[in-house]
Amino acid sequence: MSGTALAGSVAVGVVVAGTLVAGSVGVRRARTTGDFYVASRSVSPRRNAAAIGGEYLSAASFLGIAGLILAYGVDMIWYPVCYTAGYLVLLAVAAAPLRRSGAYTLPDFAQTRLRSPAVRTASSVLVVLIGWLYLVPQLQGAGLTLRAQTGAPHWLGGLVVCCVVVTAVVMGGMRSITFAQALQFWLKFLALLVPALVLLGVWLHRGDTLGGGHPTAEQRVSVQVPGSETVRVPVAETLRVRGSVDGHPVDGPVALTAGEHRLGVDTTVTLARGDVIPVVSRLPAQTTASWRAPLGSGVEHPLYATLSLILAICLGTMGLPHVLVRFYTNPDGRDARRTTLVVLALLSAFYVLPAVLGALGRRYTPDLLLTGNTDATVLTLPERMLPGTPGVLLGGLVTAGAFAAFLSTASGLSVSVAGVLSQDVRHLRNRLRGRGTTDPRAERIRGFRVAAVVAIAVPYLASLPNPQLGVATAVGLAFAVAASTFCPLLVLGVWWRRLTPPGALVGLVVGGSLATAAVLVQVLGGAVDGWPGALLDQPAAWAVPLTFVVMVVGSLLTPHHVPVSVRAIMLRLHAPELLAAERDPV
Amino acid sequence: MTEPRPVRVRVTHPRTDAVRIAPHRPAITELDEQTDLGEVYLTSLIRSQRRLALRVCAAVAVLLVGLALLGAWAGWFTRTSVLGVPLVWLALGLLVYPVLIGLAWWAVRGAERNEADFYELVRRR
Repeated sequence: MSGTALAGSVAVGVVVAGTLVAGSVGVRRARTTGDFYVASRSVSPRRNAAAIGGEYLSAASFLGIAGLILAYGVDMIWYPVCYTAGYLVLLAVAAAPLRRSGAYTLPDFAQTRLRSPAVRTASSVLVVLIGWLYLVPQLQGAGLTLRAQTGAPHWLGGLVVCCVVVTAVVMGGMRSITFAQALQFWLKFLALLVPALVLLGVWLHRGDTLGGGHPTAEQRVSVQVPGSETVRVPVAETLRVRGSVDGHPVDGPVALTAGEHRLGVDTTVTLARGDVIPVVSRLPAQTTASWRAPLGSGVEHPLYATLSLILAICLGTMGLPHVLVRFYTNPDGRDARRTTLVVLALLSAFYVLPAVLGALGRRYTPDLLLTGNTDATVLTLPERMLPGTPGVLLGGLVTAGAFAAFLSTASGLSVSVAGVLSQDVRHLRNRLRGRGTTDPRAERIRGFRVAAVVAIAVPYLASLPNPQLGVATAVGLAFAVAASTFCPLLVLGVWWRRLTPPGALVGLVVGGSLATAAVLVQVLGGAVDGWPGALLDQPAAWAVPLTFVVMVVGSLLTPHHVPVSVRAIMLRLHAPELLAAERDPV
Repeated sequence: MTEPRPVRVRVTHPRTDAVRIAPHRPAITELDEQTDLGEVYLTSLIRSQRRLALRVCAAVAVLLVGLALLGAWAGWFTRTSVLGVPLVWLALGLLVYPVLIGLAWWAVRGAERNEADFYELVRRR
């Protein structure tokens, strides 16, 4: 076993063990249903903020952004900026009212506000859909990390994450996870901060520059192309290739003309220092000068893509199931707001780092462009820049942080999805049996545990085929669906009295199905050219306003459906806690 | 209707500094009983909070869309470098975060101030 594999295995083992230990500390105190779902709402703002940050910083943040920046350039810094700005929008629009609504999950909020089982069911379906869309790339990222660091088969990483999450959730539910996640935030932060500082130091010490031409190999490196890939060679170059090029078997130096070439299955390309890197055809083969400038990545209609991405992430954050469930663990609405402010500061500190690592990746790991496996940038960088033990140790630290990212996001999402699944399936079953909704507590907790297994098993199976989209791009799609459905529901639900159940339902169905269709075309169908392609790649810019319009018009057309309780609910959502304290003196 | 004529009563000030024990209706009751007056209070609170939320969101939009448009259209913005780092990278990678935190602080303070004002209004009656 090489040093890298050993360090990687130890790192994964430590994170897994730590998560389980933290989970078992919580389990002794998890005794009520409330503990399972929302940690009995007794988590202090500081720790809750770290837990929210821990849950939010997913594989996309930890691995994906740096990879996107390496491949596409400065335009991708919009991802971390908007991940942070999304919390600001959430803070301004929904944080306190959501907490005050007193609901456990998004469907609970929908039912409290609109008193409609149909809207509730639609919300439940969407929570599960968004949760699964978000879970798939986490599990793929876990597989990728474990394979890159230890050479394990690609299905193993995801399986490890599934087992740990199920164990932790089954043992202690939300309470154990809150504790584990606060720890994991700090682990993730350090696991990027230390490498970023050390590697920046190395960069300054060497006095290297990025240059402006096509990226070239920094040192001799062999790259194996896993499947058959079309690559674009930017300038004519002679490379050592073993395998097949354009259908001809080769072994040795091959003169490649500028343009597209087809590499056969398991072809190995050996790059010498200074060789210009061929780029897999789905990524742009751009010079570093255009990489450095905004809108230079060669995506069609880049300004539209950027603006739509900003909209999707800023508005999608409030609709993510695992983000919302965290708000219910705050003691009250005022604390919910203050917690969000702390979260924003923590996220800001974290999100400076992926951009630094992505830019360093452009110089030291550009060979990832050949396979398109740029999600491995952060994992590969330490060993490339620091040969020997220091690089291996840093690599181990990064692996630990990456696993913390998969575990925390996956467990948060599983809890949310499982909560919705168990509640709604139970409601449905009770309705079919004609019983009331008061189950014995033990049965409810058992139902939750079964639901947790289902909640993570389905996305695990979906994550097994070879990923075509980068981790961050796939997560971006989940944001787009959330922005086109829950954002309008929450904004109108919190601020507009005249929202009606039929209006909300039509909006959820229209926004949800259009955004999901756009996602499916992108995942299954492949590239579409021109404006239709740009609109499908980034559906938020048209889907979000459309959903708002549908909800508003639908509600105005059905004014007699406004719930009679709307005034009391508005009072509950907006009345400050000071008042509540005064009202209940007993 | 032959009601007995009411007895004439003289109304005077009680001439005392003590607080009167008149049937006082605190505004909280108006809110709880969902009277029209309570509705006015609640509407004013929601309106002030909504105005704040819109302002914060507008500020975020101006900041982010502004940066995106600067990147697209302003040549100087993409060409300038500070200490070897392009200004675009510096702005998006680092400088935007303190601004976001500042806006968040404004949102929290504004919302809490609105709530305190509302509380005072309701209490004073």
